[in-house]
Amino acid sequence: MITRWCLLWLAFPAWADEGVFDQYRDLMGDDNPAIFVIDEGEEFWYQSQGPSGATLEACDLGLGAGVTRGAYAQFPRYFADTDRVMDIETRLIHCMETLQGRDRTVTAAKPYSLRGDFGTELEALVTWLAAESEGVVIAPEQGHLKERAMYALGEEIFFYRAGPHDFSCATCHEQSDKRIRLQQLPNLTDHHDAADAYGSWPAYRMSQGLVRTMGWRLQDCFRQQRWPGLTFGSEVSIALQTYMAVNAAGGIMTAPGLKR
Amino acid sequence: MAGRIKIRAQKKGEMTEVKALMRHPMETGMRKDQAGESIPAHFITDVAVLHGDQTVMQAHWGAAVSANPFLGVRFQGGQAGDAVRVVWTDNQGGTGEGETTIR
Ligand code: HEC
Repeated sequence: MITRWCLLWLAFPAWADEGVFDQYRDLMGDDNPAIFVIDEGEEFWYQSQGPSGATLEACDLGLGAGVTRGAYAQFPRYFADTDRVMDIETRLIHCMETLQGRDRTVTAAKPYSLRGDFGTELEALVTWLAAESEGVVIAPEQGHLKERAMYALGEEIFFYRAGPHDFSCATCHEQSDKRIRLQQLPNLTDHHDAADAYGSWPAYRMSQGLVRTMGWRLQDCFRQQRWPGLTFGSEVSIALQTYMAVNAAGGIMTAPGLKR
Repeated sequence: MAGRIKIRAQKKGEMTEVKALMRHPMETGMRKDQAGESIPAHFITDVAVLHGDQTVMQAHWGAAVSANPFLGVRFQGGQAGDAVRVVWTDNQGGTGEGETTIR
């Protein structure tokens, strides 16, 4: 009896059982509610807004003004006009400011949906832009010195232990085939896991009925790590995204994903 | 931007399979926002699938259905090119509608 039970246990890899979430994914097939958010993001891109009454069409996401196809897959990257390495979220805030004349204290005040919200403009734009990179190879720029410095900083933070539990990102994300309760923990130091994880965000969170972005994901992991709140668009956030993107480089963008 | 429906209808043998994804928050009325204020109930109460002008399915929904609900229905008959519509109304008087043709 004991042997049989053990065999059963071995038969289930650590990641196999997400219970009702797997069932939901099966029922949904190829459908992902994120498709609404993709449409909404595209509409925001072409919508005249702000004091300048401009659209975002002239926004340079790194591949030239207005080029959206494949742009997401190369973030985070250095931009000469700001002399900074930016993730796609801060780049969009930058374009809203420079092209549309919108005040960043307003546009960046609430980047992510709170409970009861049904999606923010930034979430929608990022989701559409990720969809514009679907199937594209993840290839973050690492040519510029500041881009390499960002990676090094991200790596340092990833392994940096602090907080009441002395956790680092690595505490939860440095080993393969581990989980907390039913949540599979990707090994973000491993190329395959990093590519799967990085390439599948932004993602529709079934439990929240919302699309969440990588910036949000990091804020939530800071909370799980019992660290102080991660500031939106901060150097720490961009550094960690750079670290993950570079580890994921060569993988394929599959976002928007469908997560529990 | 509630109100949108993505809908597909496909002929499979005798049956037509309809899949509809609806954009709706489906708030139960039991949740509180970050400030502790309760979030008003907002959910679909009635949903119907129509083949031409014939109703082939009708349902009463409530707060237990998820946000952005997904509906799958099969009905008999229907020919490629026929119109299929999905319509809903919610507890706040909102409506949504989507239409497609059978493939
Ligand atoms: C206490 C454990 C813990 C710590 C520390 C932690 N995470 Fe996580 N992380 C999780 C869990 C659990 C999930 C899965 C969450 C879920 O399914 O809701 C997750 C998910 C993720 C994901 C998404 C993976 C995917 O496949 O979708 C990324 C990316 C991530 N974490 C990055 C980080 C980074 C970067 C740090 C350091 C700032 C960090 N995490 C710290 C527990 C942790």
